[in-house]
Amino acid sequence: MSEVAVEKVKKPSEPLFSKKNKALISNPLDDDNPITVQVLGICSALAITVQVKQAFVMTLSVMFVAAAGNVIVSLMRNMIPNRIRIIVQLVIVAALVILVDQVLKAFVYDISKALSVFVGLIITNCIIMGRLEAFALGNKPWPAFLDGIGNGLGYGVILILVSVFREILGSGKIWGFPLFGHKVGALLSDGTLATEASGLYALGYVDNGLMILPPMALITVGAIIWVQRARNTKLIEA
Amino acid sequence: MEYINIIVKAIFIENMIFAYFLGMCSYLAVSKTVKTGVGLGAAVIFVLGITVPVNYLLENYVLKEGALSWLGPQFAEMDLSFLSFIMFIAIIASMVQLVEMAVEKFAPALYSSLGIFLPLIAVNCSILGGALFMQERQYANIGEATAFGIGSGIGWFLAIVAIAAIREKIRYSSVPAPLRGLGITFIITGLMGIAFMSFMGIEL
Repeated sequence: MSEVAVEKVKKPSEPLFSKKNKALISNPLDDDNPITVQVLGICSALAITVQVKQAFVMTLSVMFVAAAGNVIVSLMRNMIPNRIRIIVQLVIVAALVILVDQVLKAFVYDISKALSVFVGLIITNCIIMGRLEAFALGNKPWPAFLDGIGNGLGYGVILILVSVFREILGSGKIWGFPLFGHKVGALLSDGTLATEASGLYALGYVDNGLMILPPMALITVGAIIWVQRARNTKLIEA
Repeated sequence: MEYINIIVKAIFIENMIFAYFLGMCSYLAVSKTVKTGVGLGAAVIFVLGITVPVNYLLENYVLKEGALSWLGPQFAEMDLSFLSFIMFIAIIASMVQLVEMAVEKFAPALYSSLGIFLPLIAVNCSILGGALFMQERQYANIGEATAFGIGSGIGWFLAIVAIAAIREKIRYSSVPAPLRGLGITFIITGLMGIAFMSFMGIEL
């Protein structure tokens, strides 16, 4: 209680969601998107966009690590010696990632298996390190928290957009739910295997297997960048 | 023969960039000219060749379930594998520091050519990725782990030199304005990835 009182006496603090703070969340969604503009965190972003579900879990994990890491580093920013700050940051992030990894293993084991090494690679995800270096080291915990959430969201928007395209076109499903009917041999909801094709597949529709393969993730992101920059011309590179 | 198999597989079939997108951030950021690409690529081969075997030893004599049994029978059940992320990244960060100091002392020419790239490598996903893939695939001995490390490094090197060369040339083409720079690099990398997929399924 006393802490709260002291806080109030010190100064009329900035409202929690002032304009500046809101911009911290909204900027990374478009103008300052971590993937398409800052070019951070591509490594893990592309490999796990085959299914929307995986992309969603990955987004939540990255958002958690980015926000929590930002807050911790921001709280410690005046104590970390400059020379060893990279190692300190790596250790903080690694501890948070271990937490995420163990939680995923305990509650969504199949997704954690599918994400394989990419959960671990959140440690070296450039978004996390980049935001720690660029933002958390010079700002107070609350803006740092918002910055972490914002960048996690910006990352997630692209991730989910890419994965929606890839899942619909590549396997005809969304969130594992079949959109265009069943193929021969597909697992039905009652646990049996479909003996004949239904829906669009009966008419001769075929999934585009190329969309599942890794290179198509890159080309999809390339297309998203194209659309974004065509709309937002100030992002165009000379 | 086994080693050659692992190296070729790591370079072409399981290429760090084209099959797993690891080390993508520095791949995109440092590939503007061939010269810097070669520098960073060489540093990655070097560091992967050292950190993968060191992490292999760590994994097999400290972290894995039962790996501590050389300390005595009471440690036989110990499983520290949940610590592997933090241990691997600590090893990588300290090895990079060590390598940097050693290179600076004994090969100043190499040091000045690698320049700022050595410290950057600690946060290159392909290095930690190499360690984690090594853990997942359970290589039989340290020789195989080293072969895998060097092979993936060479694969990464080839990829960054190739894209840097293409980017140097593409400067003279008329790419649509919104695609210029990042966008076209993504698409080219995707096309190169499709080309590299023709190696898929080759058994040596």
